[in-house]
Amino acid sequence: MSALFHALFARGLFSNPAVHTAAIVGALAAISASVAGVFTVMRGQSFAGHALGDLGAAGGSAAALLGISPLVGFVGIGAVAAVAMSTLGSHGRRDRDVATGVVLGAGLGVTGLLLYLDTTHSSTTGAAVSVMFGSMFAVAPSTLPAVVAATGFLALCLGALYRPLLLSSVMSELAAVQGVRVALVEASFLGVLVVAVALSALTVGAVLATALLIGPAATAIRLARSPGTAILVAAAIGVGSTWMAIILAYDSYYWSASHSGWPVSFFVVSLIFVAYLVAELLSSVGSRLATHRDPSVSRTLS
Amino acid sequence: MFSGFMVNTWLAATVVAIVAGVVGFFVVARGASFAAHALCAGAFPGAAAALVLGTSTLGGLVAFAALGVAGITWINRKGRRDVATALTLVTLLGLGALFLSMASEYAPEVESLLFGQILGVSSSELVFLVLVATLCVVTIGVAFRPLLLTSVNEDLGQTQGIAPKRADLAFLAILGLATAMAVPVVGTLLVSTLMVGPSAAAQILSPRPFVALMASIALAATTAWLAVALAYRSGWPVGFFVGTIAALAYLTARASTSARRRC
Repeated sequence: MSALFHALFARGLFSNPAVHTAAIVGALAAISASVAGVFTVMRGQSFAGHALGDLGAAGGSAAALLGISPLVGFVGIGAVAAVAMSTLGSHGRRDRDVATGVVLGAGLGVTGLLLYLDTTHSSTTGAAVSVMFGSMFAVAPSTLPAVVAATGFLALCLGALYRPLLLSSVMSELAAVQGVRVALVEASFLGVLVVAVALSALTVGAVLATALLIGPAATAIRLARSPGTAILVAAAIGVGSTWMAIILAYDSYYWSASHSGWPVSFFVVSLIFVAYLVAELLSSVGSRLATHRDPSVSRTLS
Repeated sequence: MFSGFMVNTWLAATVVAIVAGVVGFFVVARGASFAAHALCAGAFPGAAAALVLGTSTLGGLVAFAALGVAGITWINRKGRRDVATALTLVTLLGLGALFLSMASEYAPEVESLLFGQILGVSSSELVFLVLVATLCVVTIGVAFRPLLLTSVNEDLGQTQGIAPKRADLAFLAILGLATAMAVPVVGTLLVSTLMVGPSAAAQILSPRPFVALMASIALAATTAWLAVALAYRSGWPVGFFVGTIAALAYLTARASTSARRRC
């Protein structure tokens, strides 16, 4: 029994302070990102969410250059980008697509420059990789209060916005008729998205932040029938894959003789993708069974 | 600036810009900026894998671009397009994180792959670049009408006997190929910028497809040349200049049309 326990949980897993911080920060970030992600997927704003994550890299590398907390950098640059994207892309879907692409490009260019300056000024070549791909075990315990505060802020915002946001996500005309101020809801949601993506970027890295945002949400929407269930399922998948990834990454240190562990972010992303594949499989098997029972039902559903 | 190894760099930048202008025209017309970005960024892990395995960088890029096209198309069967793109992209990038952790001693090379750097482009690489570019441009030339029709309106395309799904797959394949060849020059993260910014500016300036296509090529080439020249002078990454100049082109085009409308 204890052999099995040690095979699953490598020695020192539960007493390592870096693992504790990673588990707490990771769980909070996963919950925030997955819940915000359900709305992002429903609203078809995955590109905006991804762009905010990628741009966070500019904030992260600026923070590395200035020596301030990366979370501040992620949120700061996200706010600037969100304003730019919503001012430029206010005329329909295609316009929004291009505006996001252009803002993303400009921001990535700046990231390139900042990372270049990081390397030439402080000669830390690792900055690029750690900002872009993250490392949960490297999160400083001092950022914990900020992470808790950001998660609380998100919970409050989403609680207050829940109904109008849901209505406007499903059908914005209907929401407008019901007296929802759609533009205001849209702007507030973009603010929520910025914070959620920043938290996600802190744990899995800027370019992988989309994984926590979109992956669990897309999987949950596949499985659940109501938005409330989808949110719960998404949060569960997010936290589950983050924690499993922490365990696997910690274990991976002992997999090879050279003791070079595999990155946590890789495990997070892979587990999320596997969860999506399983959901896809389940739902296609489910719909095939339903077809056998009553062909008319599945026809109306699809 | 124009001597020795730089000659090949100028030629390579020109070839890449022409392809980016042509492909970018359709990226903007089809609202496929996210797919363009995803294929570019998702091809990067291929280069990282090539670093680990010691194989050809271009081979890795092409392989991962192909994986990206397959992933987007497969997930898109049922899910939404943007979700399919996002999932494919992060999965590829997750693999990238793994390869990078195995090849940590190559960090500077990684940065130049991500953000571009003026490296000597060898003559054999240039020949390969020209071949792939010709393939992309010819394919687009052959499929010009179906691609344009399905970009404007899928139903319109269908009435003309064009399968939108097939046109989409063909477009993604060309996009993937164009991406893979452009990466070593501009850097993975900025290839899509060279496609989106200049083409969007061109389409704002002219509603006529052919004029817009030509303007898109001209703007992309100007952007690439300016970026290479400035990068050469400053030693900063090419991607920074590509990103800012492309954004400037787009903003200028928007400002000029809204000023004209007001007059």
